[in-house]
Amino acid sequence: MAKTNISDAMQAAIGGELSRSTSFPITDSDIRRWAVAIYYPEDPPRLFWDADYAAQTSLGGIVAPEEFNPFAWMTAEGPRKTSVGHNPDLTEITLGIEGPGLKFQLNGGSEVEYGVRMRPGDVITSVRSLTGYSEREGRLGLMLFTRADDVWTNQDNEVVKTTKSTLIRY
Amino acid sequence: MSQATVSELTVGMEIPEFQRATGLHNWNRYAGVNYEFVDIHMDDEAGKAAGYATAFGMGNLQWSYLHALLRQWIGDEGRILRLGCQFRAANTKGMIVTAHGKITAIREEDGETIVDLEIWTDNDSGKIMAPGTATVALPRG
Repeated sequence: MAKTNISDAMQAAIGGELSRSTSFPITDSDIRRWAVAIYYPEDPPRLFWDADYAAQTSLGGIVAPEEFNPFAWMTAEGPRKTSVGHNPDLTEITLGIEGPGLKFQLNGGSEVEYGVRMRPGDVITSVRSLTGYSEREGRLGLMLFTRADDVWTNQDNEVVKTTKSTLIRY
Repeated sequence: MSQATVSELTVGMEIPEFQRATGLHNWNRYAGVNYEFVDIHMDDEAGKAAGYATAFGMGNLQWSYLHALLRQWIGDEGRILRLGCQFRAANTKGMIVTAHGKITAIREEDGETIVDLEIWTDNDSGKIMAPGTATVALPRG
């Protein structure tokens, strides 16, 4: 049998939920501060802070920059728990199964598809789930690729964005 | 972006750059909005321990610069449909980070002009830091 780090338990766990979180309602100040920070030292676009200007665009009002994070500082679940650190087996531990025990991990990149914009007053829910495992022989040995989707929806259940990320372990 | 400008787009064309000199003023502001208070982004000694000359900037801030690059090109009426990148290198204090985009495909879909781009950030030595791809919908004429 070929060598693999993907156990039957890992294969069976695909589709499992890794995390779920809900934001506090987004405020126009949250959006304005994010935009000021990103564009510093230049002024941010009016769409992110000038309600009168934004109302005249096809968006009809202030929206958040696409990459805005409404989960920073605190989520509606309350203060964050103590960090669980960077255990490479965290994915499997979260799913209640044994991990492959690999020592090293790298961020393999992210790809985001955008849906509706985030606006002041929106409450965003993030649901992150395991979507698959694959393996490839690489320069550093057998590389395990773990894929996860993080889907954000607003209070009307409209998709705000889907982030596909890949964790590389070896 | 005007219709006249849209009709002049060609594959291989580069879009206007988005550039920032980076350091603690940018990183602290970003840490403040994204709750990203990590020693490697705040403390030169922590940056050195991680193999860099100084503290270094957040990958997420390069991610924002790539979005800002696209936004300044498509304007408020355009839409970013998709964006992906890898983080391969970090920017240390005083580096100039530039976000770039080059058109790889142009097509019409449901009355909209959809443009695929190769996007990337590099530093002032020309080292590519965050390469990726994106798809945008240009404003309807």
